[in-house]
Order: sequence, then structure tokens, then C-alpha cells
Amino acid sequence: MLVSNLEFLPDRTVSRHLGLVQGSSVRSKHVGRDIAATFKNVFGGELRGYTELLQDSREEATARMLEQARSLGANAVLNIRYSTSSIAAGAAEIFVYGTAVELAE
Amino acid sequence: MMVEAGLFVLLLLAGYGFGQLAERRHYRRLIARERETNALPAIASRRPPTDRPYAQHLVSGNAVISSDYFKSFMAGLINVFGGRVTPYESLIDRARREALLRMKDEAKARGAAYVFNVKFETLRVAVGRVGAMEVLAYGTALVPGETPGAPVPLAPLAASTLPA
Repeated sequence: MLVSNLEFLPDRTVSRHLGLVQGSSVRSKHVGRDIAATFKNVFGGELRGYTELLQDSREEATARMLEQARSLGANAVLNIRYSTSSIAAGAAEIFVYGTAVELAE
Repeated sequence: MMVEAGLFVLLLLAGYGFGQLAERRHYRRLIARERETNALPAIASRRPPTDRPYAQHLVSGNAVISSDYFKSFMAGLINVFGGRVTPYESLIDRARREALLRMKDEAKARGAAYVFNVKFETLRVAVGRVGAMEVLAYGTALVPGETPGAPVPLAPLAASTLPA
């Protein structure tokens, strides 16, 4: 499965548009991580736990989107966008969407 | 009352000392790594070059950078009078540059010549009184030489490339 946030491939043609595909994931961290983050908040620096959490969450959302694309018979998803929103204290929603297409061989 | 005031001053000093140290160190690392990845341009254009075939791969990098007690206090103070909140400007700048570098590291590992259509996403991470910013940078890495559009497994997003 080809995944790209460009709108086209210069040397391939799209034989079929299969419509919008999307995936989302909402995650939050366990209390221990939050306590560690509170300490870090005094001293500054990177919150490694959150970096990984959001990354995992993005991977999961992307995997769901790709699953949907595969079920439509797509072999590429183009023009991908990520969108992130903080929905509650400690929880964030990751949303990813793109256009599923079939590229000609 | 005295204990509370003492604790406040202690936190402020700790925040200032450790926070400034962390920031200076981070900027030094950023500048050195930016020099190393200078040869790989990140481009905001949506139109890929057509001079030769390129394979496309989605690449991304993210970073969550926390504020410190001193920065938070200063930001609160500036908020009263208005004006540039410089303590937070440097915070977001660090997160953005770090995210971009991680994205470039992933692209470099794939042997890319360019990263096209680079986009940024910023999220305020709020947990209780914790103030931190997440920046995500993503784009399409163009790898010359590979079969254009060849199916590739989705890259594990740079978890293992986080610097120690």
C-alpha cells in the first residue's frame, strides 16, 4: 500500500478513485505517566511518554485507515492529512484521512 | 504561609535553573543536528519534481516539550499586561524544530532526496496543571531510483530514532 500526502504520482496514473478513507484513535496515559509529567513540568524538557503515546496513537489511526482502503480494493492512499484535537484532560484524538485510489500497473 | 512561600520560591528557582539548562542544551543539539541534515531539504511545495522516478513514502516526526515552573509563571505574568510571551515562543520553536529533525531522520534512513509537502500540526497537551506542546511534522519522502509507486510496508514511525 502506497501512502503519501502528495496529490499525485508524476509517473503513475490513477485508474479508479475509491473515495475518502479515514481512521481515528483516542488514547490517554495511565496515572503514573501523568505524575511523572507533573514533575517534568517543574523542570522542563521533553515528555517522552507523551511523545510515544501520540506516536502509537497515530500509527493505530493510520493502520485503521489502511484497513479500510484495503477493503475497498485500493493500492494507494493519496493526499493524507493528520488532525489532532485535545478532547479532555489527558486524552487526545488523532484523526487521519486521505483518498483511496487504484493505481494503474 | 511561610512554608508555602518558600516552596514557591524553590520551585521557581528550580524551574529557572533546570529549565534554562535544558533549553540551552536542547538548542545546542538542535543546531548541530540541523547542520547534519542540511543536505536533505524539507519543501512545502505540493508538486514533486519529475526529473527522474521517485518512490513516495509518508514520513513523520513528533515531539512533546514541557514548560517549566518558571516559564509558566512568567507567561502568567505577561498575560496580565499583554505582549509577546517569549517563554512560550522558544518552547514551541524547540518542539517544531525537533519534530522536523525526527521527520528528516526517518526520511534519511530511507535514502530520500527530498521531503515534499511538509505540514505541521500543533497540539496543547494538558494534564491537570501540566502545560506542554506537541508538534507533529509530516511529509512525503521522495526516494530516487526505486520503482515509482512500488507497494511498501508502512514505516514504523520513528520511535526507535528518538535521541537518548
